[in-house]
Amino acid sequence: AKSAPVAGGDVWSGVWIIVEYNHGRIAPVSWELLGEGRKLADVIGCELCAVITGYQVDHVIREAFAYGAEKVYVIDDPVLENFRTEPYAEAITGLVRKYQPEIILMGATAIGRDVFPAVATRLRTGLTADCTVLGIDPETKLLQQTRPAFGGNIMATILCRSRRPQMSTVRPRVMAMPARVEGRSGEIVREQQSMTEDEIRTKVLEFIPGDAKSIFLDKAEIIVAVGLGIASQKNLPLVEELADSLGATLACTRGVVEAGWMSHDHQVGQTGVTVRPKVYIAIGISGAIQHLVGMETSDYIIAVNNDPEAGIFRVANYGILGDLFQVVPLLTAEFKKRLQHGVAN
Amino acid sequence: MHFVVCLKQVPDTSEVRIDPNTNTLMREGVPSIINPYDAHALEEAIRLRDKMGGKVTIVSMGPPQAKEALRKAMSFGADRAILLTDRGFAGSDSLATAYILTVAIQKIHAEEPIDIVFTGKEAIDGDTAQTGPGIAQRLGFPQLTYGIRVREIDNTSVTVERKTEGGREVAKALLPALITVEKEMNELRYATLPDMMKAAVYEPEMWDAKSLPYDTAEMGLKGSPTSVSRIFPPPGRSGGERIDATTDPKGAVANLVEKVFQENIIMVHPAVKGGRA
Ligand SMILES: Cc1cc2nc3c(=O)[nH]c(=O)nc-3n(C[C@H](O)[C@H](O)[C@H](O)COP(=O)(O)OP(=O)(O)OC[C@H]3O[C@@H](n4cnc5c(N)ncnc54)[C@H](O)[C@@H]3O)c2cc1C
Ligand SMILES: Cc1cc2nc3c(=O)[nH]c(=O)nc-3n(C[C@H](O)[C@H](O)[C@H](O)COP(=O)(O)OP(=O)(O)OC[C@H]3O[C@@H](n4cnc5c(N)ncnc54)[C@H](O)[C@@H]3O)c2cc1C
Repeated sequence: AKSAPVAGGDVWSGVWIIVEYNHGRIAPVSWELLGEGRKLADVIGCELCAVITGYQVDHVIREAFAYGAEKVYVIDDPVLENFRTEPYAEAITGLVRKYQPEIILMGATAIGRDVFPAVATRLRTGLTADCTVLGIDPETKLLQQTRPAFGGNIMATILCRSRRPQMSTVRPRVMAMPARVEGRSGEIVREQQSMTEDEIRTKVLEFIPGDAKSIFLDKAEIIVAVGLGIASQKNLPLVEELADSLGATLACTRGVVEAGWMSHDHQVGQTGVTVRPKVYIAIGISGAIQHLVGMETSDYIIAVNNDPEAGIFRVANYGILGDLFQVVPLLTAEFKKRLQHGVAN
Repeated sequence: MHFVVCLKQVPDTSEVRIDPNTNTLMREGVPSIINPYDAHALEEAIRLRDKMGGKVTIVSMGPPQAKEALRKAMSFGADRAILLTDRGFAGSDSLATAYILTVAIQKIHAEEPIDIVFTGKEAIDGDTAQTGPGIAQRLGFPQLTYGIRVREIDNTSVTVERKTEGGREVAKALLPALITVEKEMNELRYATLPDMMKAAVYEPEMWDAKSLPYDTAEMGLKGSPTSVSRIFPPPGRSGGERIDATTDPKGAVANLVEKVFQENIIMVHPAVKGGRA
């Protein structure tokens, strides 16, 4: 089949979530999508299914049911042990052709944004990238896929009217995490992987894990940024502790770099890195335009400053007026308390 | 070796805004630039050619004005530049764009076999990061996305360090292959004066829809399954909430943190085995 048109008697039904499982770790966005998928499936009136492709995934299947899947499609095969585009695209495409879901969603992670365009190309259907809002048009029942483009300067709602499935990658940490209910179960559909190791032209030689702090700034989901308000290099541990409490990455203004307190690779702004995290916490930063252009498209901005006129307040969703030396330790303590039994975002 | 670089001319997105009255993009007067990731893709191709010998061919799809970006690219030392330009290409989504580029790359491949196709990680206007993988699938090449370093290359394979959420991955692919490039891959060079002068008078080859065996049903609006139904400005930045922490810092902070969790701005995830990514 070259393309996947709607017309022609084929029945495309069901919302599918592709669960990302790699290097022994399930990407939490998979469960966020089961939560979101539940809402979409309820509006359409169809089934919510999870798809798990990997090796030795029985525990992942249990989790998928716990997070709300009604049915789980599984391909469990050694060639799927580490993520590689070819066998993953083959596995997912095969399932889609056979069972014909109406909508398939995956996290807009490095893996999701690698394999989904490969799958969409094979199926000759549309794919919307990096969505932040999903909805169903009440009349047409089409999936409304909303995403930022032009570096976050605009939002666009995209439709895939006449081909199936409708496909999107969805940005992590945007949709709420659903409740995990132990002991739920449902139907498991097992299929075979059709590709063998000698047909695959890529090998993963090595994986070098990084800790939260070494995540590249432009990929960080939570950033704690510090400005000259910190007054001295010896006060930096104050913001480092705040960052640690959230698993956030530390960044700074040019003022701080010029003072020699932090290196240039931490600098956000016109002559530094442009960032777009889910949360940007600005501590003692005035909000000069050269700084703002590097961070104003962050999803949420929280600012702490003792000057009510500080420019940073104009872009902040929450502006805390106060002395950072009082406020920051309180924030750290409060976050630590809340995150005792888990990790942020 | 033969390296092909897909290069897109893009508006400088830091200057693109939405007209609040018409809800359309204001592109007037916005300068056009080489997509920054593609500049690094080109740099890597030129470095590898200088090391291994061979040729760098640039392919771009865009309006005739994109010639400027191609001349600029030639000034860094590429060998050949081709601009795919046709009214029928307009309105293509990433599926159709990858199709249009692939048909051209297949012709180039038939003339002079390609070892590596380089694309940027993503274009800073459309931001989909879907065109590179789309081309790889259509060409039947293995793909290595989010490349930050080419570790090794020989006549049959390439080894690349890739950036992923949890860390870095080292992966090896058989040639021919497609690599998408992050900015960390290399430092850009400055053009030399002789190259700049050569490039100033360089005429990119122009290919239209008729110069290649295109299926018109697969390109432009007709060949694009996705369509933009609405654009609008991102949720406003003004009118944020002010929390006064001068008199009762403790209460103010507790209040803020409560909201932050209630609105799912920060969420708690159960700690997973293997740690946080
Ligand atoms: C060409 C050019 C490029 C530039 N590029 C960049 C860039 O890439 N990135 C960048 O960041 N800047 C850049 N700048 C510099 C920019 O203009 C500002 O000078 C810089 O961002 C200011 O840094 P700051 O906010 O840390 O310091 P300041 O402007 O000094 O602000 C300090 C803030 O801390 C607050 N404060 C002080 N004490 C306390 C306290 N106890 N509690 C709470 N708040 C307190 C103050 O009210 C003030 O708002 C550039 C400038 C130029 C000209
Ligand atoms: C607001 C908006 C939202 C959009 N959303 C989507 C969407 O969700 N899904 C979708 O399929 N399309 C979407 N599009 C269309 C998409 O932007 C275009 O199809 C575009 O031609 C290719 O996608 P891109 O800009 O995202 O490039 P990317 O896929 O991000 O580009 C990756 C790399 O591919 C190469 N490349 C891309 N385009 C060219 C070119 N013309 N010439 C040479 N090399 C190129 C470059 O090396 C580039 O670095 C959207 C367009 C707009 C205006």
